Amino acid sequence: MKKLSKASVNGFINYGIVIAAFLVLQLMIARGMISNTLKSLLVPVCCYIVMAISLNLTVGILGELSLGHAGFMSLGAFSGIVTAMALPDAAPGLRLVAAILVGSVAGALGGVLVGVPVLRLQGDYLAIVTLAFGEIIRNIIVVLYIGLDEKGLHVTTNSAGPTLGEGGVMVIKGPMGAVGVPKLASFTAGFLLVLVTLFVVQNLVASRAGRAIMALRDNRIAAESVGIHVTKYKLMAFVISAALAGAAGALFGLNYSSTVSSKFGFNTSILILVFVVLGGLGSIRGSILSAALLYILPEMLRGFEFITKARMLIYAIILIAVMLTINNPALKTLLEERDLSPAGLLGRLKGKTKEKGGAGR
Amino acid sequence: MTTANGKNAAPVMKAENLGITFGGLHAVSGFDMELYEGDLVGLIGPNGAGKTTVFNLLTGVYQPTEGNFYLNGKSMLGKRPHQMVEAGIARTFQNIRLFQDLTVLDNVKVAFNQSMTYSALEGILRLPRYWKEEEEIDRKARDILSVFHMENEVAQKAKNLPYGRQRKLEIARAIATGAKILLLDEPAAGMNPTETAELMETITLIRTRFGMSILLIEHDMSLVMSICERIVVIDYGQIIAAGTPYEIANDPRVIGAYLGQDSE
Repeated sequence: MKKLSKASVNGFINYGIVIAAFLVLQLMIARGMISNTLKSLLVPVCCYIVMAISLNLTVGILGELSLGHAGFMSLGAFSGIVTAMALPDAAPGLRLVAAILVGSVAGALGGVLVGVPVLRLQGDYLAIVTLAFGEIIRNIIVVLYIGLDEKGLHVTTNSAGPTLGEGGVMVIKGPMGAVGVPKLASFTAGFLLVLVTLFVVQNLVASRAGRAIMALRDNRIAAESVGIHVTKYKLMAFVISAALAGAAGALFGLNYSSTVSSKFGFNTSILILVFVVLGGLGSIRGSILSAALLYILPEMLRGFEFITKARMLIYAIILIAVMLTINNPALKTLLEERDLSPAGLLGRLKGKTKEKGGAGR
Repeated sequence: MTTANGKNAAPVMKAENLGITFGGLHAVSGFDMELYEGDLVGLIGPNGAGKTTVFNLLTGVYQPTEGNFYLNGKSMLGKRPHQMVEAGIARTFQNIRLFQDLTVLDNVKVAFNQSMTYSALEGILRLPRYWKEEEEIDRKARDILSVFHMENEVAQKAKNLPYGRQRKLEIARAIATGAKILLLDEPAAGMNPTETAELMETITLIRTRFGMSILLIEHDMSLVMSICERIVVIDYGQIIAAGTPYEIANDPRVIGAYLGQDSE
């Protein structure tokens, strides 16, 4: 196409923001301008950005509420850890890529498992089932003992653990979670995963499948009446979202030497949902920014001695303040009148834009 | 029954004794109708007569509990709505159902989905087939919109269009599915006389331009009487009269149904 649509311009801006942030941070790390606390947050921030973008695909673009996104992250984390530990002799980069691939496949399988029965229904069923799914995954992993030896993988729910051959190692020890995990994750890997996620989601949205998915969100009956196969496209969006969450989980799991499944509970799912809602439903850029800022914010608040105890309270107050401000109708009209809304500002930045609107920022 | 144009070809759509029962209520029963290529038929009746139910039966939203209906000779029993579109029947809705947050252009592009072949993976990786098909439907969608004089509104969100244009967009979207049979559910509802006059032009235009057969539900009698060649009247879920506008206007049963006289 000769002329770039507004949607694709927006997409390029998103890539630009991520790449610029990565380069600036790399520079700052090289100059030693970043504290160790912040440095340790870089990989998780990338994971949470991927989680937020992928959840936005389900909630903002498909329009179905999912309350168990951390469940898919959990599937990815533990399957990724097992994969990485099963390949002790491979190059670290290869182990990481293999772990992320296996993690995304595990996430996708979980997505199919939940999506096939539930996405046929309408209404809040998906929210309820995903909520249960997240908790079920968490509880299953708590009783799971997985060990590795030359013969392969041993899985049991017996608290004595599987009997391993010589040189065998335990990967997942029930309630203690995964232990002795190689820390393969790096900021660069996280950055690349964010780029891949952006690529997948933005290109999907701009394709016929993306249009069909957004049509379903806007009006299911009308979408059917123009020949959209409802279940197929709902499932497609949901499974892609779950696969990306699995990939993020694998990276997340390989960033710590030990991981417990309670890390991926209901609170994490809600946290990611908060990122998506505050960033704006359907807005990819909003998801990136809010995930980055809101994940770092409470950690940064830790730095101040006097507010340590009230940290989460302050976090909550900031969340409420943001919600009230961005949804304040008076403020919105004021901004729009003066053409200071984000869309208006963007328009000015690019000079005259003839084509207004555009799907999926 | 012959067509108004006197064609004797096979009907493109045929309903035989079609009916549906909700619980004990016969919402529609014994509905017989034939639609020929290029037909413009009106379906009228008092409120609650079952007109929209007939549309829902013909588009797979409801499954008939009795009778059968055929598109181009093939039975359509058990087909889901998206399969009905594939078979060549598209519709608009009484209360407009657009994809509110999509642009006007994307609203039309969505309807091309079934005629496109590239997979989701090809779309994500933007392989050659993606570019080729996207370019093609971009052109086709703009062509259809220009027939409706909406080429300057392609980038607007559907929800920001004025009412009359939303109706037009819904018709444009139905045409984009490639269907040859169009069911319009009260296209003039809520329109002012100028908009209605414009709509009548549009309907006759799309019939000739896209070679469609049209069945429309309408309460605006001046519209129905002036553009439909045949009219089917239903009341309490049953056909009470069918014929030319003149015959219908003078049929005592029809007058009875509308004015509440005892005509049985």
